[in-house]
Order: sequence, then structure tokens, then C-alpha cells
Amino acid sequence: MYKEERLDRIFSALSDPTRRSILARLETEPRLSISDLAEPFAMTMPAVLKHLEVLSEVGLIRRSKAGRTVWVQIEAGSMKAAMDWLQRHRLFWTSSLDRLARYAEAKEREAGGKNK
Amino acid sequence: MNEAVLVRRIAARPAIVFDALVSEDGIASWWGPREDEAAISAKVDPRVNGTFRVRFRTADGREHECTGQFLEIEKPSRVVLSWRWAVGGEPDEVAADNISRVEFRLRPIDTGTEVTLIHSALTTEVSATSHEGGWGGAFEKLVRLYPDENKQLHP
Repeated sequence: MYKEERLDRIFSALSDPTRRSILARLETEPRLSISDLAEPFAMTMPAVLKHLEVLSEVGLIRRSKAGRTVWVQIEAGSMKAAMDWLQRHRLFWTSSLDRLARYAEAKEREAGGKNK
Repeated sequence: MNEAVLVRRIAARPAIVFDALVSEDGIASWWGPREDEAAISAKVDPRVNGTFRVRFRTADGREHECTGQFLEIEKPSRVVLSWRWAVGGEPDEVAADNISRVEFRLRPIDTGTEVTLIHSALTTEVSATSHEGGWGGAFEKLVRLYPDENKQLHP
């Protein structure tokens, strides 16, 4: 899969609040069983499994079976690719906008607030 | 479509903010990845289809460059750029090979100007058009998980 297409799919997977909530839990607890994960949600097990399937398909989580329990873990690499893009551009523009504000406000003061 | 959306209020009138968005002096003063250091050089031709080339130095001491074209210029309310990271000899990075789109929208407010910045990751300009209305919003929702501190500035 091309990198860009993969990123698109990751962001699409992240656009759902239930899936984000699942990932948020997996970030604080390194490994959870599917029934642990399903517990806080008022939805059927098949619905939860569907969300896990989406996350697994884009590589955001990894599932492993031990006996009768299926364990779910976050896949740090995929999350990182998505976050890197976000972070890189947010940091860049946040810092830049700070300076834009300073620059434009200095120019506004030079203009003396005339012709507002 | 992946989008980073930021909103900032600036205590200056839209015409002044607009000039800062398109002038060489303006861009050199404010574009840049670091709080303490703006661009190290900027070459800007601010007209539709005009190009820009801006160089930065990041915290690790390496130099990065972004280049692109002005796609739309509507004084004093809107500027749209194509955007590409050109990182000489740098290992592959996220979106390093891709053209993205940066849009600035300026809206007059009582205290000056509200700037909305939308940076969309796109593979090509063609896919930009075909993706519109499709992917839009997904990334924005994600961004809302990390609410931007919307600084209120006073003139």
C-alpha cells in the first residue's frame, strides 16, 4: 500500500469516536482482552469486533490469541505515522502563527491604528 | 484527506495580516518550525502561479526547505498555496514526497483578524479535487482531540 493511501486509511479509521476511545484505552493499558475492551461500550460484541477489525486492517492494533483469550495491543508504528504528520504540521504552524501575530501586530502599531 | 486546522486571532486589520501572508519580508519573518527562529531565507513571487521557496533550520541543525505555488490570492480574505517539503538528502519522512495544500482564510473581527489555516495532505492536485467532500472532516475530528489554544490578543 502506498504511504499516502495508508495514511488516508489510518485517518479514516481514527475518525470514529468509538475507535479513538478504544485506542485511548490501549495507550494507557498495554494489553487488553476483547471483552475488557468491549465492557465500557453500550454496543453489541459484533459491533465492537467490527471496530477492532477496522483498526486491525489499517495496522493500528495487533491481535494475538492465548488459549481462549484474544488480546489486543496498540501498534505504535502506524499511530506514529499518523501522529507525525499531525504533529509536524501543527507544531510548524502553531509556532509560525505566533510569529505571524507578533509581526502583523507590530505592523498594525506602525500604521497607528489608522483607517481601521 | 488529512487536515490540520488552526485558528488564531490577531490584533491587526485584515489588510495588514494579508500582506504578512504574501510578502517576502512577511513570510521570512513568521514561517518556521521553531519558536525562536524564523525562516533563514525566503524567495516569494506573490501572484497566482507565482512560486515560493523558503528555507528553515530545525532543532537538529539540518536545513529544510518548502516550495510551492500560489494557487489563489484574494486580497484581503484568502490565500491558497501548494506546498511541498524539499529535504535535500534527508531520509524518507511522512509526506515528504507529497504536495499538500495550505489555505489561509482571513475574517475581520472586532479585535482585528481571525485567521483560519487549513493544511491538507494530498498526493496530487488532481486528487485534491476528487477528494473534496470525501475525506474532508476525518482529520479535523481528530484534531479536535487536541484543542488549539486560541489566544485572544488585544490591540
